[in-house]
Amino acid sequence: MLEVKDLHASAGDKEILKGISLSVNPGEIHAIMGPNGSGKSTLAQVLAGHPALQVTSGQVFFQGQDLLDMQPEERAQAGLFLAFQYPVEIPGVSNAYFLRAAYNEMRKARGEDEVDPMDFLDLLEQKLKVVDWGPEIMQRAVNSGFSGGEKKRNEILQLAVLEPKLAILDETDSGLDIDALRTVAAGVNQLRRPDNAFIVITHYQRLLNYIVPDFVHVLSNGKVVMSGGKDLALELEARGYEWVDAQAEALAQ
Amino acid sequence: MSGAYLKEFESFAGAATVEGPEWLEPIRRSALARFAHTGFPTAREEEWRFTPVTPLAQTSWRPAVGVSDEIARAQLAPFIFGHEEWCTLVFVNGEYAPGLSSSGNLPAGVVATTLAEALRNGGDVLQRHLAKYARTEESPFTALNTALFRDGGFVHVAAGVDLPLAVNLVFVSTPQAAGTVTHPRNLIVVERNARASVVESYVTLGPGARYWTNPVTEVWTGPNSWVEHTRIQRESEAAYHVATTQAEVSRDSHYRSFSMAMGAALARHNLNARLADQYAEALLYGLYLTHGDQLVDNHTVLYHDHPHGHSWEVYKGILDDRSRAVFNGKVMVKREAQKTDAKQTNRNLILSDFAKVDTKPQLEIFADDVKCTHGATVGQLDEVSLFYAQSRGFPLAEARRMLTYAFAAEVIEEVALEPVRAELNRLLLERLNEGR
Repeated sequence: MLEVKDLHASAGDKEILKGISLSVNPGEIHAIMGPNGSGKSTLAQVLAGHPALQVTSGQVFFQGQDLLDMQPEERAQAGLFLAFQYPVEIPGVSNAYFLRAAYNEMRKARGEDEVDPMDFLDLLEQKLKVVDWGPEIMQRAVNSGFSGGEKKRNEILQLAVLEPKLAILDETDSGLDIDALRTVAAGVNQLRRPDNAFIVITHYQRLLNYIVPDFVHVLSNGKVVMSGGKDLALELEARGYEWVDAQAEALAQ
Repeated sequence: MSGAYLKEFESFAGAATVEGPEWLEPIRRSALARFAHTGFPTAREEEWRFTPVTPLAQTSWRPAVGVSDEIARAQLAPFIFGHEEWCTLVFVNGEYAPGLSSSGNLPAGVVATTLAEALRNGGDVLQRHLAKYARTEESPFTALNTALFRDGGFVHVAAGVDLPLAVNLVFVSTPQAAGTVTHPRNLIVVERNARASVVESYVTLGPGARYWTNPVTEVWTGPNSWVEHTRIQRESEAAYHVATTQAEVSRDSHYRSFSMAMGAALARHNLNARLADQYAEALLYGLYLTHGDQLVDNHTVLYHDHPHGHSWEVYKGILDDRSRAVFNGKVMVKREAQKTDAKQTNRNLILSDFAKVDTKPQLEIFADDVKCTHGATVGQLDEVSLFYAQSRGFPLAEARRMLTYAFAAEVIEEVALEPVRAELNRLLLERLNEGR
């Protein structure tokens, strides 16, 4: 589904990703871990097409298409979703409008008719259950004045409505208390299907108790320095990121 | 150039004195004298530095002639909104058009009529309030209006009456208005414990006539009253619009204004609100949408004259093409106006490299126990917000449109009366969808 080959990317003059390779198949959950500044979020943003980041070399294929050649909205329409680490507030646009319009943009891209507001409400009612929310949230402006936890839940709601093939969760656990974390994780687990995939980016192992990954990759200084099964996350938790750095140094020599 | 106006005054003063009340005559004469003394402002005056009125001052404008007979009701459909029961007074090229107006369904205690009619009917409300608040010393344009106004809207809501619907005052200019000036004059008086909404619209039929509208509106909110005052300026884009709104806000009363400006080649709106007693509150909201070569200038002054006053002001602008906007917001807090709480914000969104904004907040505070803040921003759409919308499937152009809409919708949401809010939203979307 996703094939990342030796990806290099920079923000301005600073190279942040220094050769990342990654392969994700349908039905899989990949966790990407690493200390602050290792390039985790940059990888997520590059895949979604953030305009402030430049890909300097490497290739990315998403369902056989050259992802790097696509506009951010084309990536979204092709089924790629990024749950933002810091979801953007849009005062003046209701959650209901935003979600329906986004849903319809996806449909238009597939050559399907737009759904009218009433039909969308039926769909929404089901999706709200995924994040255990009532309909009140839909009248509020997108993320505007939302708590940190509400913003993350709203990202998962968008994920539920848009039904992407590949969802990248960028530190969705940061700033969440344990109850909110459980709600968000339960939502993601409900959305798992054999034909979709998730990349879960996190600093801490905690989230992975609830969203159990098939693969764990550890990033350090813009490179994948370790890959393994779910146990790698536990080992990392026990030994700390110093251990990774030591391994990475040993690898380099 | 003031000679022509003096002549006009002399030719019309006789008739006006016959029709109008005696007490008005000296007010008009002194206003005219004031204008004769000052003439039009020049760009050397600080208040007019960014808004040159020379082209306006150098034109010999003729008095407008009403042509309401030639207009069908259906032509006004784009400008009339709200409910059937709303009272709508239509003026065409300055002249009242009874055939195009509708009296609506006003509750007892509410008078909504023309100022000329009200002056003929007499009564002390006019004498108590007309020309008492908009000071001719403050603006030559107000002086000229006071000297020469012929008609406009008069709304009076008696004590304790709740007017659930709005009164619509619609000033239409037709292509025949080219080369003419009108001086609409409105008076809104809402007595103690009453509640009212009034909408003023300045619109044009047919494109591109070059005319000048010089309106003055005075509002008095009685003690403990609630007034929503909306103004929609959609003049011809070749026209001049220079207006003054003066609100006198009494004790415990609430005045909220929304000023939408999207028309005219040059538009200037002076909005002055005086908190004339304790615990008065004024909320001033504004939205200007400019494109082409338009210049839109909003000057507001909030006079905090007494303790415990509260004012809240948010003006937003969206500028495209080579258009320009000016915002000047003064907050004057007198020494005795302790416990004043005033906040002012002006935010501008620039959609083109050639558009320009001059924004200037001015606080003059003489009291020491107050909370006053102000802020002004000029910027473009936020890149991260655009990316966020794109990452949800919105094409870039659509993302831009949505975020531009959101920027403006946030201030429109402050309008209390739903049909008015809906109309403002419609106008906003209409503008954003142009050329789509």
